[in-house]
Formats: sequence, C-alpha cells, structure tokens
Amino acid sequence: MSNVLFDVPGPKARFRHQVLAVVGVLGVAGIIGFIGFRFYDSGQFEPKMWEWLQYTTIQEQLLKSVGATLKAFAVGAVCAMVFGAVLAAGKLSEHAFLRGPATFVVEIFRAVPLLIMIFFFYFGLPAIDIKMSQFTAVVLGLTLYNGSVLAEVFRAGVMSLPRGQAEAAYALGMRKTQVMTLVLLPQALRVMLPTIISQLVVLLKDTALGFIINYEELLYYAKFLGGQGQFGRPLVPVTIVVGIIYVIMCLLLTWLAVTLEKRNRRNKKIKTNGTKKLDDVAIPAAAQSL
Amino acid sequence: MSLLSTYSGLFLSAFATTLKLFALSAVGSLLLGTFLAMLRVSPVPVFRAAGATYVTLVRNTPLTLVFFFFTFAYPLLQIVKIDYETGAVVALTMYTSAFICEVVRSGINTVPVGQAEASRALGLTFTQMLGSVVLPQAMRSVVPPLVSTLIALLKNTTVSAGFSVGDAGAIQASLSEDGANMLVGLSWVAFFFILLVMPLTFLQRSLEKRWSVAR
Amino acid sequence: MRARTLAAVLLAGGLALTACGKEGTPGDTGGTAPSQAAATDVKIDGSPTFDKIKARGRVVIGVKEDQPGLGFKDPTTNKYSGFDIEIAKLMAAKIGYGEDKIDYKAIASAGREQALINGDVDYYVGTYTINAGRKEKISFAGPYYTAGQDLLVRADETAITGKDTLKGKKVCSVTGSTPIKKIREEGLTEPENITELQTYSQCVAKLADKSVDAVTTDDAILKGFAAQEQGKFKVIGKPFSLEPYGIGLAKDDTVLRGKFFDILEAALKDGTWQTIYDNTLGKSGSAATKPIIERY
Repeated sequence: MSNVLFDVPGPKARFRHQVLAVVGVLGVAGIIGFIGFRFYDSGQFEPKMWEWLQYTTIQEQLLKSVGATLKAFAVGAVCAMVFGAVLAAGKLSEHAFLRGPATFVVEIFRAVPLLIMIFFFYFGLPAIDIKMSQFTAVVLGLTLYNGSVLAEVFRAGVMSLPRGQAEAAYALGMRKTQVMTLVLLPQALRVMLPTIISQLVVLLKDTALGFIINYEELLYYAKFLGGQGQFGRPLVPVTIVVGIIYVIMCLLLTWLAVTLEKRNRRNKKIKTNGTKKLDDVAIPAAAQSL
Repeated sequence: MSLLSTYSGLFLSAFATTLKLFALSAVGSLLLGTFLAMLRVSPVPVFRAAGATYVTLVRNTPLTLVFFFFTFAYPLLQIVKIDYETGAVVALTMYTSAFICEVVRSGINTVPVGQAEASRALGLTFTQMLGSVVLPQAMRSVVPPLVSTLIALLKNTTVSAGFSVGDAGAIQASLSEDGANMLVGLSWVAFFFILLVMPLTFLQRSLEKRWSVAR
Repeated sequence: MRARTLAAVLLAGGLALTACGKEGTPGDTGGTAPSQAAATDVKIDGSPTFDKIKARGRVVIGVKEDQPGLGFKDPTTNKYSGFDIEIAKLMAAKIGYGEDKIDYKAIASAGREQALINGDVDYYVGTYTINAGRKEKISFAGPYYTAGQDLLVRADETAITGKDTLKGKKVCSVTGSTPIKKIREEGLTEPENITELQTYSQCVAKLADKSVDAVTTDDAILKGFAAQEQGKFKVIGKPFSLEPYGIGLAKDDTVLRGKFFDILEAALKDGTWQTIYDNTLGKSGSAATKPIIERY
C-alpha cells in the first residue's frame, strides 16, 4: 500500500496503530452485534421468517426473477453500449449538425432521473397511444440514460489519448473512420474500462427500478415475498437475501470484466498490479450512479 | 400549461421536498464520504478493511434496497424513531457517501507520492502537509466527478417517492389517481429536473476545463 | 464468455438451492369455496367473447395476484384463491367451464381496461370499481360486492372506532391513492401522521410492527388481510365511501353481460354468494352486506 499521506511508522506509531486496530475491531463488532441482536430480538431470525427459502416454487420463482433482472441488464447493456457509441461518434464529429443534436440528447437524458423516464414511457406515452411492455419501458430507460453517460465516457476516453496517436494515423494515410475504429477506440476502451464497468454495475442495479412499474424482476419478487403474511411478512430476511444476491451479481460482473481486461493486458508488456486494479475500478464515473 | 397551473401547489411542494432532500443528503454524504475516504487511506489495516467493506457493499446494492432497509428494517433496531423524510436523507447519505468516498480517495491517490515525501522532508506537520500540499492538488481531480455524483444524488431523490416522501417522484402517483394527462405531467417533471441539473453540469464543465489546463 | 460463466454460476446456484426443496403451503392462504359443477350444454348466442372461449376450449380470466382473500397467488403452490377468484370460477362454471379449463392472468390495476379492450382476457374479476369513466371503455356486470373505504387496525385496538377517531393516529395507504387523499383532504388525521407506501402489504407490515395505527382502503382488501392472519387484525366495519365491484367485460358483449347478471342474481338468491363469502373474506370475522345488482 503506497500511501501518500503517512510516513513509514516507527515503533511508537506501530503501537498506536495496534491500539487503534483493537478499538476498530471492537467498534465494528459492536455495531454488527447490536444490529444482529436487535433483529434477533424482534424475531427476524425465527425459523418461521426464513421458512420461505425452503419451498421449491419460491426458489424457482426467485431464480426466474434473477433471470428477469439479468435479461433486462443484458439487453440494456448491449443497447446502451451501441447507443453510447453512436452518440459519442456524433459528439466527436466535425460537423456541427451532428454534434449539436448528439450533445443535446446526451444532456437531456443525463439530466432526467431514470425513474421519471421509465414513468414517462410506461405511464405517459399511452396518452398518445404508444404502448409498451414493462420490459421494454425499463430497457428503453436504461438504454437512453446509460447510453448518454457512456457516450460521455467514450468521448472522454478518446480525448484523453495523446494527439500524436491520431496525427500519426492520419500521416499513415488512414481515413477518419479507420483512425477512429483502428487506433483511437481500442485504446480509449482500455483507458475507460474501469469507468465502463462501473457504469454497467450501475445499469445492473438500476434494473431494480423496474419493480416500480411491476416489471417482475428480483426486487419486485422480494417485495412480493416480503409481504407474505403466511411467513410472518419476512421483509428483513428477504431484504438481506436479495441484498446478498445483488452484491454477488455486481461483484461477479466487476470481477469478470477485470479478469477479461487482465487477460488482454497480459499480451502487452504493461505490468499492472491486479488487486489494486480491482480496487480502483469505478472511480470517476462512480459519479454517474443511481 | 393548464396542467401546471392546476397542480402548481403539488409541483411546488414536491420540488421543494426534492431540493431539501438533496441539500441535506449532499452535506451529509460529503461529510460521511470524506470520513470513509480517511478510513480507506488510514495506516490502520482494520480501518481500511472496514471502509472498503462498507463501500463495496453499498456500491453494489441498489438504492431502492437501501431505502427498503431504512423503511422496514431500521425501526426494528429501536434506536431513534425517525420520520420518512429523515429516513430518506439517511438512506441517500449512506448510499451516496460510498461513491463520494471513492472519488475523494482516488483524488488523493492521484497526488504523486513525492509531493508528500517532499513536504515531510521540509518538516511540514501532517495537517500542514494535508492542508497545503496534498488536498489542494487532490481537489482538482476530485471536484468534477464530485459534482456529477451530486447530480446523480439529485436525481436519486426521486426513489424516495416509493417510501412515503412527497418529492418530485411522487407527482406521478397523484396525477395518475386524478386521471390527469400523464404525458404532459411527466414532461413537466422532466423539464424541471433538466433546469435543476443544468447549472450543476455547467459548473462541472467549467471547473474541469479550467483545471485541465492548469495540469 | 461472460454470459456462459454467469449461466453456469446461476445453474450451480439453482441446483444447490433446489436440492433442499419443500412442496406445499405452510398454511391457509385465502380460502376456497366448495367448487361448482360445470354446467353442460350452455348456449349463449351472439356473444363474441363466448364464441372465442368455445373455439379455445378454455376461459382466460384476468385477476389480481397480490391481494390475500380476494385475488391471491400462493407463492408456494402458484394456485389462485380468494373471493374474486371464487366469483370468477362461478361465472366460468355456469357457462360450462370447470376449474381445469380456467387460465388466470394476473393484471395490475393500471392495465385492466387495456387487457379487456385488447381481448387478452375474456373477463376480469379483481377489485374493479364500477364507474362512469370506465363504462365508456368497457362494461361491467355487477356489483358482485359493495366495498367501501374502511380501516384495518390491530386486533387489540380500542381507540380507533371509525374515521372520526383517527386524529393523532398514524394512517397508512398506497402512494397517491384515493383513500389516502380522502384522509388528507378531509383532515381526518394530521399530515405528518400519513404514511404512503407502495403496496398494502407493506402498510400491513407497518401496522404489525406498530409504526402505524391503521391501514385504510376498500374494506374488501382489508378483510382479505384480516382473514389471512386471523386474530391479528380487525376491520372497523364502518365504510365511509362506496366502491361497487363489478366483473369487467368487453364493451360490446351485452349478451355475456346479461348472462353474468343472471348468474349473479341466482347466486345471491340461492346462497352460493354467501357460501363463497363465508369461505373467503368472511374469515376476517366481518359480516357481509349483499350487493344490489344494477342491471343495465
């Protein structure tokens, strides 16, 4: 851990750190213990509250709703990447008549909350006889919003490359499209990969907004299960289980992307610290969270 | 226009609530986020681990689930009874601070190690070093992403509509029950959000531009 | 690559989960009435819906899936139960289709009219209030139940006895719904005591953990919750609005509507309606008022 802020600790500081470590462990354990105790005390850990986990039908439904979440994510992610690339191309264009509209679209869709967008598609558009399924509304919202964010990311990635890259490519006689697709984009993608991953994690999490318009994804099912009187309305147990599922899904996604990237890098002679990379993923665009 | 005048009261109070939620949780998450960032760069491994765990957990959980927790699980803890608006502020703060923590931490990490070493060599104390050398430099790379995190926060306040807070996200439910034209209503909501977000975006752009030259 | 790994992980997880499966249901979920024998040789001439049913050989009924005691899908068995379901079954039986020939389709409130107009469902039974606006798009047979806004409280509650005793009490309902608006506009309780959540079951959860003192909406819905967990909650029983529930039908199908009116009238007379009520919503401990059919 290279640290800017601190000197290498001497014996006194090391002792102090050990004391602080003990205090820290006690504090964290205390908080977790307190929460656990209160939940236990209010009956959240009683077998009845967790019984639902044992039913085959519920397990199947749970898997199905995870599937629905992943489906919305997969379709949304692909569409958002494509839409983002198109918008980025528009924003990077030399023609004002392309740049203007692309910038406008990006600004609009970045400024409107995703929830309002989904409402707009699902509840608003039927007023002019445009009707769509919940799935379409969710995916459309995810695509437009994340596409706009990704457009900015792609653009920033291309802009961050040294000018010489493009100049050299032009000097070799490449055309604009070639410069973009063969030289700039591949490098930009690599530079921005952490940001792109974190945006995809955001997209995955945002599928959860689908429950508000009754798209039957994981959170929708969680809400449904949590309200079941026959299991004592296990809201807290369900929240815990579903929370774990979401965290695992997001971490898997991050891990997969980082692994892919590492495999990519192995060919190049750039040595990077793998673990630190994972840690640093998603910094600037942690920004665009929802 | 007629829809807007009919529902002017609803729109006003809803957006006032949105702004209030935004202001309170912005301050809250800046404080908590900076504190978490301090944990994450601290020399004590336990603190680092605690900070990292918190950030990993919260960042990979949908905001709605955090709200769920505060509406349904938190009351069981029987600490302090909080109303829904406070609950929303706490949920938004806890969620956003994880992102702010990462922004601040990565900002600190962009400052070359030599800077701190040099200031220690000059005999600056820890506070002096942090205050006059490291943080001012870190600020440059922190502020622009920080502003976009805040924009995200502003938009995220809409989620609280599902949890008994009458903010801008709840306008839809009221309009729907009245059978008002949702297309028009929701367009207005979107328009007001664009109005609110624009100044923040401009601020971010101009800061980014100014500081990227200085680099 | 990503998809494949994810699929593999999911599959593994799924297998691990299902390894310890349990079937059946942990308890009574909504109640079912004795089933009706399907009528034979039913002839309904001039009903496009009935022609469609006949061609298909099955009835498709739109219902709610999230209201215990009314229209409820048991998560452990995927079976539907409740008062609305029983009414739906009765209609199907009397036009010649037994339980094994029914397909239920869960449709939330917002999509009901459209489902009937599109013909996605043959008819709809699910807390569907008859009103003039809706009658312009579809038609109703009914009312088969006269609901009204009421209050659900904890079984040991004594302070709340009606809508005028709510001052200072915490009241919960669904965000932006008509019942909660009524509470607010009539000032039945203070604005800071109003809780608005996404579903009624969330309100009931809040009622159970004493974060709120009353849940308000149509008494039928409240009775369903009271029936699901007997002895925990009670319905006050002094409705302060009128919500006649009807069976939703396609607008042009006057023939089938007439048939449904006949079936409902007969059921009210011969005690079938009462049996259905007693076996479902009646378990809440609240008595029922029979609806008065309004033919049109």
